[in-house]
Amino acid sequence: MSLPVDPKVIPKPPVPLEFSVKAESIKITGFWMFLVSDMLIFASLFSVFAVFRSRIMAGPTPNQIFHYGSTLLETLLLLTSSFTVGMAIFAMRKSHAQAMMTWLVVTLVLGAGFVATEIHEFITDVQHGITWHVSGFLSGFFVLVGTHGAHVSFGIAWAVTLLFQLSRRGLTPVTTRKLYTFSLYWHFLDIVWVFIFTFVYLFGKIT
Amino acid sequence: MSFMAVYLFYLYMIHTLFPENVRQPTELGADVMIIGTGIIIVSVLTRYKKWRWLWSEWLTTVDHKKIGVLYLISALAMLFRGGVDALMLRTNLALPNIQPIGANEYNEVFTTHGTIMIFFMAMPFIFALFNAVVPLMIGARDVAFPRLNAISYWLFAFGALLLNISFVLGGSPNAGWTAYAPFTERAFTPGVGENYYFMSLLIAGIGTTMTGINFLVTIIRMRAPGMTFMRMPLFVWTTLTTSALIIFAFPPLTVALALTLIDRLFQASFFTLGHGGMPMMYVNLFWLFGHPEVYIVVMPAFGIFSEVVATFSGKQLFGYTAMVLSVVAIMLFAYGTWVHHFFTMGAGPSVNVFFGLSTMLIAIPTGVKIFNWIFTMWGGRIRMTVAMLYQIAFIPTFAIGGATGVMFAVVPADYQLHNGYFLIAHFHNVLIGGTLFGLLSGMHYWWPKMFGFSLNERLGKLAFWLFFIGFWITFTPQYMLGFEGMTRRLYTYPLGYGWHMLNVISTLGAFTMGAGFVVLVYDIVWSLFKMPRDATGDPWNGRTLEWALPSPVPEYNFARIPVVTSRDMFWWMKRHHATIADQLKPNDIRELDLPKNSPVPFILGLGFFIFGFGMVFEWWLLAFLGLAIIIGSLIYTGFDYDEHKQVSADEILHIEQSLGRLQG
Repeated sequence: MSLPVDPKVIPKPPVPLEFSVKAESIKITGFWMFLVSDMLIFASLFSVFAVFRSRIMAGPTPNQIFHYGSTLLETLLLLTSSFTVGMAIFAMRKSHAQAMMTWLVVTLVLGAGFVATEIHEFITDVQHGITWHVSGFLSGFFVLVGTHGAHVSFGIAWAVTLLFQLSRRGLTPVTTRKLYTFSLYWHFLDIVWVFIFTFVYLFGKIT
Repeated sequence: MSFMAVYLFYLYMIHTLFPENVRQPTELGADVMIIGTGIIIVSVLTRYKKWRWLWSEWLTTVDHKKIGVLYLISALAMLFRGGVDALMLRTNLALPNIQPIGANEYNEVFTTHGTIMIFFMAMPFIFALFNAVVPLMIGARDVAFPRLNAISYWLFAFGALLLNISFVLGGSPNAGWTAYAPFTERAFTPGVGENYYFMSLLIAGIGTTMTGINFLVTIIRMRAPGMTFMRMPLFVWTTLTTSALIIFAFPPLTVALALTLIDRLFQASFFTLGHGGMPMMYVNLFWLFGHPEVYIVVMPAFGIFSEVVATFSGKQLFGYTAMVLSVVAIMLFAYGTWVHHFFTMGAGPSVNVFFGLSTMLIAIPTGVKIFNWIFTMWGGRIRMTVAMLYQIAFIPTFAIGGATGVMFAVVPADYQLHNGYFLIAHFHNVLIGGTLFGLLSGMHYWWPKMFGFSLNERLGKLAFWLFFIGFWITFTPQYMLGFEGMTRRLYTYPLGYGWHMLNVISTLGAFTMGAGFVVLVYDIVWSLFKMPRDATGDPWNGRTLEWALPSPVPEYNFARIPVVTSRDMFWWMKRHHATIADQLKPNDIRELDLPKNSPVPFILGLGFFIFGFGMVFEWWLLAFLGLAIIIGSLIYTGFDYDEHKQVSADEILHIEQSLGRLQG
């Protein structure tokens, strides 16, 4: 019966700052649940793509529209950015605010490079008359990859607002929690990209 | 020149907003009613100077108990709208060859009836009860994310508004509540009606997903000390499983709706007939959501009945562990049965047999629950309150509805029964007999907790009998009509098919249920003015923690979070003279941080509404304006660190003292 009346602070000292306040730690749990639902959005889109990938009709085949160069570039940019956001969290845990901000900016630049490459790829396709109207395959492709790209773009906008908040307020339980959830989101998009890279681009190239 | 432009714009607006199909007498009547109600509400608020009160107490609230009240009011309003739709349908079918409403309007009305009853009546009614009692039952100060909770509500409310204005602006959806492709593609259903359907469900669906996340995290992380999983009341367990189902079921729906909308507005080729589209994929995605949805709406009812039966039998719930295991089993099985909604699509015998068997399997845990409720009543001191009457009516009704459901699981039989009135009777039997009876039972049970006074029992019993008898008069003939070959979504039928008498009886039953609703509303209004206020906070001699608090519950819920040592904790406290009121000492009370009201949820919902309206009519500027409001309020809330207000110990002391709950 000696429990505290309102246990706001988890009483184990060596927890990271973002987990140190119970309300913020609960928000991290909530964010994981959001990622579950978002993962299911992608799972549904992947299942749609799996059904539609052979429905080429009069349109181009995957082999004709996918290019190794841009896909490899996008993969390198996004996977590297996943590493740099990890470095940002590492710096945050060590309370190196300046290093943290630098790594975050690097992450955003890499993410912007990814989005720019993807937009360029899409625009080139559309200029050649390759639109989602043409076939079921292209509908599935553009919406699956486009949803991922929209997520990355949203992530960039989110992190820009985080940069302002971090520079104004420094490292507090709230700001570190926000950066931590952003990093979860970013790693999640990275994992989704690994599946897109494999099941959309590589499988498309070899069949 | 400019006069010409204005005139052309005027013509365009009239043509778009009021096309021929909404220039009908019934819809003009609806117009007049909507405008009239709006004027009455606005003038009453202005006359009594209540605008500020409305804004600061309700529109910006983040208190889960007030959000519960908002959900309840919305759900009852939607029950009225969906019920009026049902009466219009039954009137059209009352006699052969009469058509008070025409074929197209009939299509619109059965579409909105189904959509509203499932998404805008059952779901908010469930969330009303979640919000009203779940945090109290687990000994928490609020839900995990109070502001997100308010956002969920406003997304639901504005989604519901979007669907409801379709009737008078531009035309209602008319492709059924399932909106099967390719019929909902632009080629077959032009106009804005289906856009309304997809857009409003997308908006409300986002809110629902967030509610699922919110309550799952609340139950996992916010329980009082000692409230282990196996000590949680069964309603909390069903809230947990329902939330998990929501998180897993709504994403496929979101994808199905979004892809159809992309097809309609931006000419993609997902579910079209040409260009390699595949309409069957829509059906799969829809029911991948739709079947779990059935359990999303019925499992909370199971939870409510488990609370009601224990309280009014004066006994602990029989077979608690078996009950928990069976809700978890139902949650898991719910994902393995979706194909049984389209056996006739032709997936092949092996697939159909698998899903037929999995469907039969799900009857086993449900049967376990039915027996446990009966055994709870066995040997108990049963009090026949309104809540308990709904419980007792539910058991045979749901058992029959479930048994007819198992008949559909037999694949060859399904080929005969598919899309007939037998199906209509079956799912109304489980949705009304299970979900609606459960929700009404829960409403009568927790009403005193939410509002501080009970509903009148005599009027409640009258409403119950009208509902219950009306229900069987309506749907027994429909089972027979199914065997007579009447198919669903018929807007009229000729004389001489032998359907005449059964349809007359069914319509009489529907109006009996309508009378039940009128009595229920009269009951609420009468009780609001005449029923004595409940000073004890425990009018039913309850067993779980929410009854340990005064009614209505103060904003902070518990002045001191209780330590839980047993199942049915409040019952244990009463037996040991250790209720919260017995034990609270002035120096137990500390200053508290409570979530602060915020305008963001309301404005975010408004942004989604404007965005949705723009998308429906393809007015891109309006859609961009809505999007700008959405992004703006998200950024605003990101930079808003002032989320809490402090309530001083003195203030809490004063409130508890005035409630007579302080010792020494």
